[in-house]
Amino acid sequence: MSFEGALAELEGIVSRLEAGGVPLEEMLALFERGQGLVSFCNQALDQAELQVERLSVPSTDSPDEE
Amino acid sequence: MMVKRWTVGELTHYVRQLIDTDYRLQELEVEGEVSNLRVPGSGHAYFTLKDEQAQLSCVMWRDAVQAQRRLPRDGERVIALGSVGVYEAGGKYQLYCRALLPVGEGDLYRRFIALKERLEAEGWFAPERKRPLPERPRTIGVVTGEGTAALQDVLNVIRRRYPLARVILSPTPVQGEAAPPQIVAALRAVSLQPDVDLVLLVRGGGSIEDLWCFNDERVVRAVAESAVPVITGVGHEIDFTLVDFAADQRAPTPSAAAELATPLTVDELGVAVERAQSALETLALMALRERRQRVDEGAGALQALSPLAAIEEGRGRVESLAGRASRVVSHALALRRERLEGLAKTLQAMSPGAVLDRGYALVYGPDGGVLRRAADVSPGDRLHITLREGELDADVVGGKAEDG
Repeated sequence: MSFEGALAELEGIVSRLEAGGVPLEEMLALFERGQGLVSFCNQALDQAELQVERLSVPSTDSPDEE
Repeated sequence: MMVKRWTVGELTHYVRQLIDTDYRLQELEVEGEVSNLRVPGSGHAYFTLKDEQAQLSCVMWRDAVQAQRRLPRDGERVIALGSVGVYEAGGKYQLYCRALLPVGEGDLYRRFIALKERLEAEGWFAPERKRPLPERPRTIGVVTGEGTAALQDVLNVIRRRYPLARVILSPTPVQGEAAPPQIVAALRAVSLQPDVDLVLLVRGGGSIEDLWCFNDERVVRAVAESAVPVITGVGHEIDFTLVDFAADQRAPTPSAAAELATPLTVDELGVAVERAQSALETLALMALRERRQRVDEGAGALQALSPLAAIEEGRGRVESLAGRASRVVSHALALRRERLEGLAKTLQAMSPGAVLDRGYALVYGPDGGVLRRAADVSPGDRLHITLREGELDADVVGGKAEDG
């Protein structure tokens, strides 16, 4: 699960609950799922470290750096 | 001969119209030496262009001043681009200057303008081509020179603001004659990587010649045609290259481009997560409370509709019926008791005891039965006699049997 996916799902759960009309059992399940997503998101934010990859492009000419 | 008499205003206005309608005085270039250049608080620049023969008043509006890479010093020879007009209130004609170029850069600038106009006419810069930038980019492509300060700036900004992202560097030379096709290739390669949400095309500052490959038509088209949105950050604030016009968004510097690429920071996202959490809790509580209230309301309604009242009423009716029934029954019993007592009295009156009371006696024969006929016994038979009080035994000594 990605942070973006988790946050999007969390926001989806909140708006479903905001809209109301969710059966009680489903609501409790959504709540629990939401709590799990919250801790996942917080953890992802705490541990995030920028990942840098390098693409090798077939060079068409000799490099001419700045 | 009548001479037309003008007002000053009419005459000045007429001269202005003459100048305004002379196409040779619009969109022209003048070469001269700058003198007495000043920029007051308004931000507009005022100066004089002069040569050996004459002087020309010039004004440059604030927008044009700000777009200028730098303003010339007094005594510098420049080419001024602009139009001649009349400032009626001041009674003078002047050059309204759009741009000032060092004499040497005139040709390059003309090529820039010509290409810009053509690409613009072809629609490459149209606002409807601009795509929105993703709010939370997963993967950011970076097209720039490897090991450059611009790359470091970009990485620093993204690392600080949004380390959740992944960066794919697509290195390319960023200056020189050979650079444009390589920039195009690097841009294409990274924009086609899976998950790449947007591409930064950046380069640090340099001379106008250094930045020239970002005015290359191939690069401009590649930016406009990129599969994902492109943010450009080429040179410094004042540098505009043609890729800036083709980009989905233009940033003044590489760092600024990286900031545009990461509109939300992890701190802001942390706040968003916190908000979602408290919304979640509040909503769950509210939903529970609402249900409890509904249960309470239901209980109240049920109470109001309870059969207890009907049961109470039924019980009352049963009791009153029972009362009536028992009265009827006891009356009937009393009647019967009375009759019974009457009968008992009658019976009493008929009992043998009562007969004995009146002086009669019961005589039993030898067989133990009540003796009714004298003929049933013979002399010598033992009789048993019951009186009112006491009993007797007697022997038959004689008698007379009656017939019939």
